[in-house]
Amino acid sequence: MNFATWLRQPENWVFLLIGSAVGASAIRVVTSKNVVHAALYLVATLGGSAALFLLLSAEFVAWVLVLVYIGAVIVLFLFGIMITKAPLGREASLDNDRKGIAALTSGALFVLLAWASLLAFGSREIQAVGEGTSTALIGEALLTRFAVPFEVVSFVLLAALIGGITLARKDLTPKEEEEGGAV
Amino acid sequence: MILNQFLILAALLFSVGVYGLLVRRNAVMVLLAVELMLAGVNINLIAFEATIRSALAVGQIFTIFVITVAAAEVGIGLSIVLMIFRNRSSANIDELNLMKW
Repeated sequence: MNFATWLRQPENWVFLLIGSAVGASAIRVVTSKNVVHAALYLVATLGGSAALFLLLSAEFVAWVLVLVYIGAVIVLFLFGIMITKAPLGREASLDNDRKGIAALTSGALFVLLAWASLLAFGSREIQAVGEGTSTALIGEALLTRFAVPFEVVSFVLLAALIGGITLARKDLTPKEEEEGGAV
Repeated sequence: MILNQFLILAALLFSVGVYGLLVRRNAVMVLLAVELMLAGVNINLIAFEATIRSALAVGQIFTIFVITVAAAEVGIGLSIVLMIFRNRSSANIDELNLMKW
């Protein structure tokens, strides 16, 4: 199909709009001079990708993304930025001096991935979906076919929780003087 | 909708994340770039799921797992950055060269 017929479908206008917002926000995440702005541009990127999930009828995953990623992970990032006193405000030296070769590497990676997917899938189309994926289907899949990975992921979260608390808590000071006085 | 429009957008997000990983000096910004890469992977998975339309929504299940593991990884990563910052009063990863020979 050529570009004109592609553009006539309304979901492709929406994709162009949201996709360009996502791409622009992603580039601003890595080129912004302000650390808090970079985190907020990541919020825009993730929100746009949630909208793309809705376009692809993955409704449960879209809202899980908004809740978990934007609602919790980005807040955690902002805490981390504040606590580690990342240079707030404009700072010229947020990047190291390897920008040229990094741009070359990431450009080559993008060209390779795009060329490989064009070669593999050509202009294969996604059939328009009538209704969203039901949450009941995802729940049934998680508890029957994917029960073991589900439990393993619970263990991963538990380990992350315990590890995070152990790493980040303050050292407990021994109360030796108090005990010496009491005895 | 063409499958490749989503795959190329996901490839763009992934490459931009790789650029951010290589270029940024602050550890928290490196973690932000890793989150960008994972967002690209999620778009890829959901696009493939919409194409093959499997019986158990496998692509969406994988995306849920990726989101969960990414959240755990960010928690641990930020704890480590916090410990580094406590010991050295700076989160600059260029200065972490004690294990370099």
